[in-house]
Amino acid sequence: MTFTIPIENGDSVKNAEADSQRTLYPYVTGTSIVAIKYKDGVLMASDMGGSYGSTLRYKNIERMKAIGKHSLLGASGEISDFQEILRYLDELVLNDSMWDDGNSLGPKEVHNYLTRVMYNRRNKFNPLWNTLVLGGVKNGETYLGMVSMIGVSFEDNHVATGFGNHLARPILRDEWHADLSFEDGVKLLEKCMRVLLYRDRSAINKLQIAKITEEGVTVSQPYSLKTFWEFKAFNNPTAGAEGSW
Amino acid sequence: MTKQHANWSPYDNNGGTCVAIAGSDYCVIAADTRMSTGYSILTRDYSKIHKLADKAVLSSSGFQADVKALQKVLKSRHLVYQHQHNKQMSCPAMAQLLSNTLYFKRFFPYYAFNVLGGLDEQGKGCVFTYDAVGSYEKVGYSAQGSGSTLIMPFLDNQLKSPSPLLLPAQDAITPLSEPEAVDLVKTVFASATERDIYTGDKLEIMILKADGIRTEVMDLRKD
Repeated sequence: MTFTIPIENGDSVKNAEADSQRTLYPYVTGTSIVAIKYKDGVLMASDMGGSYGSTLRYKNIERMKAIGKHSLLGASGEISDFQEILRYLDELVLNDSMWDDGNSLGPKEVHNYLTRVMYNRRNKFNPLWNTLVLGGVKNGETYLGMVSMIGVSFEDNHVATGFGNHLARPILRDEWHADLSFEDGVKLLEKCMRVLLYRDRSAINKLQIAKITEEGVTVSQPYSLKTFWEFKAFNNPTAGAEGSW
Repeated sequence: MTKQHANWSPYDNNGGTCVAIAGSDYCVIAADTRMSTGYSILTRDYSKIHKLADKAVLSSSGFQADVKALQKVLKSRHLVYQHQHNKQMSCPAMAQLLSNTLYFKRFFPYYAFNVLGGLDEQGKGCVFTYDAVGSYEKVGYSAQGSGSTLIMPFLDNQLKSPSPLLLPAQDAITPLSEPEAVDLVKTVFASATERDIYTGDKLEIMILKADGIRTEVMDLRKD
């Protein structure tokens, strides 16, 4: 069921503030996030690019951030909306710690809060243009979930946003298994990120891998993947069809 | 100056099928566990069945974010009811509440296709079937969601419901025994999975009886 919604609130000539109130298109966007559960917690990977349409405008954007003590949030989509969400979560975590009751927000709670925020913004026709990945560990229980910009949420053993859903998920469905070691988990994520690098136009070869366990969050230093471009098919793509391009 | 149009839709269809069959002293509610968007599968393990009260179980397919919000509203209303009346809501009462809740958003609907199953005050199985804006009917069996068009005709054929036009009104409760009804549900889902791309992965069946709720899970084709 799809339909376009005419934006009310008056003619945009006479009522200039009306249209500037709602998100219509994303401007600076981040591409896929890929995340998996492993033996000790959750591993998440993202590149550091921020595209402005087809221009690669920003190459040092951290799209994964720790939330409180037990969660890790990754975002794809509009970067400014992600920064807004981080401000909301800052306030949430602050208010939670001000209770000073020894309890702290776990990943399930943060995921639920984000789902409500995204859904409510969608209800007001002013969405936060992000797909969020929320992973974490609390009291030995590992959690990994996703929320889309219209409020659709779910949890699973592995998630991926955007192109990752098309290119990385099939690899994960084939090769993920419970109790992956850290090394195997990283190798699996790198395999997915390499495919995305080859095939996603907005991906860049500068990525970070974040890990969250009972002990806390660590985000790796940025690094690049080794790529191989000497496949015969890349070298001579028209070998099978002379004259084509 | 032309009005600008938003280039996103507030709705999405996450697919899936829900079925419920009412028996003389039981009710079977079943749904697949696949959640999709467009031509992609988001997850193969998402439950569409939610227990609202001891004797009322809701199964909804459609736009999952609306389904979750609807479920939260009903859960909180039920909690208030329990505080005020010191008892759980009966299935027919929950049915009316669900209808009113859906109609409340008549002009920005919950894109949810619901089947409510449970036991009525006499302990007989009852099934209520809904559209997205709250029009509902008590029936003996129903299917909703992406596979409903494949399943409903087959249920009509097998469960031979008496015409609702008859006077005096005849019960639509099926004379099937509980194991036969569960078997029928497994059969219809296996068939719907063959032809509906949004139905598959796993089938979750909840059987409600006076002494409690039992759950069964069956594998479906994953393609």
